Amino acid sequence: MAAGIAAWRGFSPTTVRIVFVLCTLVSAGWGLPLYVLAWLFIPAAGAEANIFSKARNDYRGIRLAVGLASLLIFVLLVASALNAGWFVNWAWPQVFSVAGLALIWRNGADEDQATLRHLLEPLGAAADGVRPNRRSAWRLVIAGALMAGGLAWLFSARASLALLRPLGGVLLVIAAIVLALGPWWLRIARDLALERQAKARAEERVDIAARVHDSVLQTLALIQRRADDPQKVIQLARMQERELRSWLFEGRSLEEADAELTVAAGVRKIQEDVESRYGVPVEAVTVGDCDLDDNLEALLAAAGEATVNAAKWSGASVVSLFAEVEPGEVSIVVRDRGKGFDPEAVPADRKGLAESVHGRMARRGGTAVVTSAPGEGTKVTLKMPRSPVTASRS
Amino acid sequence: MSDTPRLVLVDDHGLFRSGVRAELGRQVEVVGEADDVQPAIELISRLLPDVVLLDVHLPGGGGQAVIQAIKAEHPEVRFLALSASDAPEDVIAVIRAGARGYVTKTISTTELADAIRRVAAGDAVFSHRLAGFVLDAFAAAPAADVKPSFDPELEQLTSREREVLRLIAQGYTYKEIARELFISVKTVESHVSSVLRKLQLSTRHQLTRWAAERRLA
Repeated sequence: MAAGIAAWRGFSPTTVRIVFVLCTLVSAGWGLPLYVLAWLFIPAAGAEANIFSKARNDYRGIRLAVGLASLLIFVLLVASALNAGWFVNWAWPQVFSVAGLALIWRNGADEDQATLRHLLEPLGAAADGVRPNRRSAWRLVIAGALMAGGLAWLFSARASLALLRPLGGVLLVIAAIVLALGPWWLRIARDLALERQAKARAEERVDIAARVHDSVLQTLALIQRRADDPQKVIQLARMQERELRSWLFEGRSLEEADAELTVAAGVRKIQEDVESRYGVPVEAVTVGDCDLDDNLEALLAAAGEATVNAAKWSGASVVSLFAEVEPGEVSIVVRDRGKGFDPEAVPADRKGLAESVHGRMARRGGTAVVTSAPGEGTKVTLKMPRSPVTASRS
Repeated sequence: MSDTPRLVLVDDHGLFRSGVRAELGRQVEVVGEADDVQPAIELISRLLPDVVLLDVHLPGGGGQAVIQAIKAEHPEVRFLALSASDAPEDVIAVIRAGARGYVTKTISTTELADAIRRVAAGDAVFSHRLAGFVLDAFAAAPAADVKPSFDPELEQLTSREREVLRLIAQGYTYKEIARELFISVKTVESHVSSVLRKLQLSTRHQLTRWAAERRLA
């Protein structure tokens, strides 16, 4: 806008702006309406007509401008009655600013409207609120009555100089304003909330699209390329299934799950690791949950080892992993229906693994029982007592 | 009852229905298919099959809507719930509506046929996941969250039932459980049926809340 005047009169835009600000300060506020009027009458660079020529035909806009101006005048009357001198002097010119801005808002170019929208949002809502339906009519009548009563009280108080009565008058005026403007404020709050909801929905949709692309589509592409390798395809499908499940039904992504330090998260991690490393499905069920401490971390490490063993050696098509958190202890059972072995006849070089499971549990006060026989599958039962701290927290 | 149960498939995925139909082959007799709540109710009331294999999620309402509509007039029709979902509230909701069991869609064909026969015979079928949910739901101390003046026996599991559920959660078959606990398969079945009854009739807070959220209570 300043650029417009500058082009019109041949000054630099900065000079024009400085002059306006100075005018506003010196002339007790008359600079602002001048600026608005100039905005209204001087065509923008590249536009043929000024905004006013359009605004002349916008009766609704004119009505709105007049309405707003009169509202402001009313408020100013009240203010002057209360002797807020400097404010009133400065504010009178703004009656014209507001009316002008209303016309610009309704008739200006897009960027003008965008500039004004956040300034005028409350008043725009107000304009909608003034639609002459019965309820708002009643509301305005009551507001008007309160306002008149309040004002009458105020002015009479001036004469009689009673101290309490002006106070009552002020209260009545405030009540009138709240009554008149309350619905507008509510509407504004509601609109904002709706807008925020719509935004959240849009963001969620983008998030889902991104996730489907990153995970599902990628996996499907991989599966098509590896179609000749059934083992790999099963593994990919399984991995994808697990990821979707944890996202859909537990509301978390895999990365987030890793950050958690609970028994259930630990079990899930074992399941993921074994499935992706050995391609053997792990059916994991967790009952209850609690935070991890050193003992329970040892338990999970032992369980992880047992699950890896089952996946690597048993030849079973699926490994079951069952964890139960009870008040006194946490137990994990790793079971497969694979070929099994005779625990008495384990070769020395594989005893290390069993030892690491046994040893790890024993050092922390837990127990490990391995049941197996050739052809019967293997079952590893691990139990770890809970320390009082974690027990009391669950 | 003949050896091959008559089955109606209710699932909104045509591909899944034809897959199940092909896989189950001669082990069961698939007499009809439906893809939504209303057609399913009409079909089932007309055919009166032994077992309905019912998807938990259907476009026109949950699977429990079908169960409720049919149960009122034909209590002899048995339902086996089937779902890709592992959300406990979905599963518990169909069970409380009256399904005799729940299996996940990743179940093997042999196990599915087995489960259908079992449900047809009036037994309950718990997948390892459902066993986990039930243990979870009945885990917390019972007294506090149970409505007073109700049959206390319904509100908790016996230690034997707990043991059976734990083994199911570990992937044991009924036969394996029987051997492990030195009891007969019939006894295992009766334990599971008793758990199912408690699951359907219990007023435990956790269960009723799940049910209430699904407008079943």
